[in-house]
Amino acid sequence: MEQKKTALELVDIHKSYGTLEVLKGVSLSAGDGEVISILGSSGSGKSTLLRCINLLERPSKGRIIMSGEELALEPGKDGDLKASNSRQLERMRSEIGFVFQNFNLWPHKSIIDNIIEAPTQVLKLSRDEAIARAEKLLERVGLYDKRNVYPANLSGGQQQRIAIARALAMEPRVLLFDEPTSALDPELVNEVLAVMRSLAEEGRTMLIVTHEMRFAREVSNKVVFLHQGNIEESGTPEEVFDRPTSPRVRDFMASHH
Amino acid sequence: MNWNWSVIYEYMPRLIDGVWVTLELVFLSGLLGLILAVPLALMRASHNRWLRMLPFGYIFFFRGTPLLVQIFLIYYGASQFDAIKESALWPILKEPYWCAIIAFTLNTAAYTAELIRGAIQAIPKGELEAADAFGMSRPMKIRRIVLPRAFGIVLPAYGNELILMLKSSSLASTITLLDITGAARTIIARTYTPLEIFFAAGMLYLLITAIMIGCFRLIEHRLNRYQHYKVPTEPGR
Repeated sequence: MEQKKTALELVDIHKSYGTLEVLKGVSLSAGDGEVISILGSSGSGKSTLLRCINLLERPSKGRIIMSGEELALEPGKDGDLKASNSRQLERMRSEIGFVFQNFNLWPHKSIIDNIIEAPTQVLKLSRDEAIARAEKLLERVGLYDKRNVYPANLSGGQQQRIAIARALAMEPRVLLFDEPTSALDPELVNEVLAVMRSLAEEGRTMLIVTHEMRFAREVSNKVVFLHQGNIEESGTPEEVFDRPTSPRVRDFMASHH
Repeated sequence: MNWNWSVIYEYMPRLIDGVWVTLELVFLSGLLGLILAVPLALMRASHNRWLRMLPFGYIFFFRGTPLLVQIFLIYYGASQFDAIKESALWPILKEPYWCAIIAFTLNTAAYTAELIRGAIQAIPKGELEAADAFGMSRPMKIRRIVLPRAFGIVLPAYGNELILMLKSSSLASTITLLDITGAARTIIARTYTPLEIFFAAGMLYLLITAIMIGCFRLIEHRLNRYQHYKVPTEPGR
């Protein structure tokens, strides 16, 4: 197998809340175009890990490297790490697309305004350029006709597809999905997974925290199983799903089928 | 009882003059107060403890003492200090009009700052995280997301604050200003018809309040359009 360039590398990420240690030194690297699913029971630290990547959550220790560039970190007053250089953090964040469990669209902005907000403000794209980009993405997620309505007018599944389009409008190098279908009614899950699947197929680098086992198995190049803040098992979907060595992973798989 | 309509009719122009003074007091101090309240609210909502404590004393004082006392402190108090009488501020501070504006501004800024702080803190955390995740800087996030969102949330409460201020503005009459109440009292001193004139004054306050409520409803509808927006349904579908 040819050596892929590393898109994202996490080294020895720790995170504690007071005395509670949520992440106990997780290292993970994603090659260009790789899709990695992060599984684990609730409380295993998988969302925290994802949120540490763009410092929505400040890690207590560890290194974050994107396309060879390391995010400069220094200890803050509370002991957790903070970015030494806010400019660098902002730039790196703008290159990471983050999709939230609860969509987090801005409710007072129309759909098109939600999508063009960051491209026009952060990337300083012209409005026309941003709108052209947004309309293409709206077509891609099948919601072009909704461009002038407001988030509250949409179903959860539609809102999440908009949130994905909003993230894509920044043309990010890496996409992070934090349980993107967990807040959705079961019948709305598939429309979101279909969009994510098409993104995986076009070779996007993606890290996905999910409970959708079948989906994870189908789209991932690599599966990581977290347990109590450590990587319990990782490998190809076949390895982790079919031949897990850890009894915990075996139990988890058995209860999720 | 002798109800005298003609005295209302006769002195209405004087009362209308008072309406303009009242409106000036309310809108000028409302505007200045709002401008002052925004940075105060941002400080109050800050994560930095010192920044958060800084406006506390000011807000505590102006919310904790009667507006009338504040007006008197500024109007009668300023002239007690030679430093103020000799300063460049004296031409302003010796005018009751500006003393009233200053008192109202500082008073409403304190209340409005707390209203806006509440609105800022009512913004769901995820919406701010989304702004962070896109790499927005803090000033950009405040300008593009926090304040527009907070204004939408605060609007109904702020309309209420302005209406309260309209009524409080009648206190300006105690330092010789001829606002609606001041004009009414001057007229009554001459005509001895308190019932008719205060009735007319009350009606004018009611009218202004009604117009303000209407305006706020319009602004609210415009600014919070997203709350009642209905997707247009295409005919034949």
